[in-house]
Amino acid sequence: MSDETTEATGAAESGGADGGSGRRVRVVLVDDHRMFRTGVQAEIGRTEVTGVEVVGEAADVDQAVTVITATRPEVVLLDVHLPGGGGVEVLRRSASMMGDAENPVRFLALSVSDAAEDVIGVIRGGARGYVTKTITGTDLVDSIFRVQDGDAVFSPRLAGFVLDAFASTDAPPVDEDLDRLTQREREVLRLIARGYAYKEIAKQLFISVKTVESHVSAVLRKLQLSNRHELTRWATARRLV
Amino acid sequence: MPAAAVQPEAPQPLRKLYRSGEGRLLGGVARGLAGHLGLPVIWVRLVFIGLFMANGLGALLYAAFWFFVPLGVGGVGAERPHTVTTETGADGRRKLVVRKVDKGQLLAFVAMVSVAMVFVSTVDISNSARAYLWPTLLVGAGVALVWRQADNARRARWMAVGRRRRTLQLARAAAGVVLVGAGVTGIFVLQGSVQDLGSVLQAALAVFVGIALLAGPYLVRMTQDLSEERLMRIRAQERAEVAAHVHDSVLHTLTLIQRNAENVNEVRRLARAQERDLRTWLYKPEGTGKEEGEEPDTLADAVRKAAAEVEDKHGVPIEVVVVGDCPLDEKLTAQMQAAREAMVNAAKYGGEGGAVQVFAEVEGTTVFVSVRDRGPGFDLDSVPADRMGVRESIIGRMQRHGGTARLRAVPDGGTEVELEMERAEKTS
Repeated sequence: MSDETTEATGAAESGGADGGSGRRVRVVLVDDHRMFRTGVQAEIGRTEVTGVEVVGEAADVDQAVTVITATRPEVVLLDVHLPGGGGVEVLRRSASMMGDAENPVRFLALSVSDAAEDVIGVIRGGARGYVTKTITGTDLVDSIFRVQDGDAVFSPRLAGFVLDAFASTDAPPVDEDLDRLTQREREVLRLIARGYAYKEIAKQLFISVKTVESHVSAVLRKLQLSNRHELTRWATARRLV
Repeated sequence: MPAAAVQPEAPQPLRKLYRSGEGRLLGGVARGLAGHLGLPVIWVRLVFIGLFMANGLGALLYAAFWFFVPLGVGGVGAERPHTVTTETGADGRRKLVVRKVDKGQLLAFVAMVSVAMVFVSTVDISNSARAYLWPTLLVGAGVALVWRQADNARRARWMAVGRRRRTLQLARAAAGVVLVGAGVTGIFVLQGSVQDLGSVLQAALAVFVGIALLAGPYLVRMTQDLSEERLMRIRAQERAEVAAHVHDSVLHTLTLIQRNAENVNEVRRLARAQERDLRTWLYKPEGTGKEEGEEPDTLADAVRKAAAEVEDKHGVPIEVVVVGDCPLDEKLTAQMQAAREAMVNAAKYGGEGGAVQVFAEVEGTTVFVSVRDRGPGFDLDSVPADRMGVRESIIGRMQRHGGTARLRAVPDGGTEVELEMERAEKTS
């Protein structure tokens, strides 16, 4: 973790990150590196300041499923590479809790990986977002609250992947609704990839932050549901052989 | 592979088809097939025998399987001990022990021989052709013997049977050769009465075919073995190369970090450089183990290289996102130089605000690059006229090559440089 987190980056958006809003969120950390868990805990775990309460930790798939079932957190920070099948396996086994109508468990993927199939894999597995571990503490808290609200969180890199995967091709879409990004969605993704925060995107495009969020959620849905041939091919083309 | 939202259970590993090296009568084909299909061996053998009655089709099939299916540790679990095995004696020495051939095997053998007899006697053939029949059968038996022999050499590796008896091997090979030779000679002698060139040619052909049959299995299996081994070797080499590279550079970096522990900027720079290096190795597609000094020839590589150099020099992290890619041409090289200049400015004047974000996109013939920092911002009009850095190296350069450059202050702080350029031709 970088020590830039102590600086105000300007990237943090809402005042939600200072806990002033009095919001609370219950979080489980799933990561096989103890040092990293400790680091995240130190950065975001001061509940009175951040509003984040870490209610459990796990270091592998089985543990994660057990802890998540026992504590029923609102948000799970999920590492992509885990012993026992990886983050995707945790998502698969928590599907029922994700779909719970009363209090769903939502997942935010957190990884050092840059591999496209890792990123796209966990998103298609049901995670509501993907951020890299270099994210600052403030931004991470912000992302957690965003996921708690049911919104999607895209890092610039993920936005770049999605733009790449949905790049305009001559191939006719199988499902018009799912296989294409609208012009507006494309603009929003482009700005995310350029490092803009949601609030800045809203200003830039003269729309509300809520509208930006709904565009991003729509993209997330397409990413999870599209059976677009190119998407699969694109991810395989970038596989490590 | 993007995992579907609902992942199916992991499939059972496929049972590969091997010929069984254990408890076989001839080539282990039936046993191997039985293992592959999950049927009792006797069924498979009966099917083969039945097919054999159909104009010898079974024999042809069996031979084909024998020839092309590699010997392996497949097949039905061998419930019967080998006829010849090694046992460790009380004195600790391994010795060959000949076991009794069990009844089932003997029975099957007798059945096969009798079926062959029936086949020979029932096939209604003219006298001239009948003369060929026995030599042909002899040749077949010889070839089968040699094939089994070739198998046994490989089987020895699988089963790790201790010392093989060379004499036994030689005797077998010799028997095969003699049988084939006898068959060929038989055909020869029968033809002897007819005095013309055709017979000589036929004989020569027969000899040639005989030799091919003898050497065939060795050759086929040798190439199979060789290609398998080569593949393994290539894999091992690649692994070793990555490991060597990664180990050396990571250890090197860690040493430097320990030495420079009190110099925060240097430590950060070292860590970033190592991280980049590692990522390049891990996530780049094949064939991009580019050396440091090599000139990039695609846009994505050029952007990443420029960012890496600026990052190293100024110690400010630069996040790069590239969408699409295209080969570099003269115009784009100019755009890259402008982008690099913009990165340097962002790192120098806006680096304290956190990471610099670089975005490059190729869409059709348009190449767009943006460089954004979160620094205090900067106003082009307030720059003294004698400071030509931005004007010349960014805006001027882009305009000279027919592109556009835009500098603007971002509402919430920081500066963004947008560079746009049309490529010469569309090749994607």
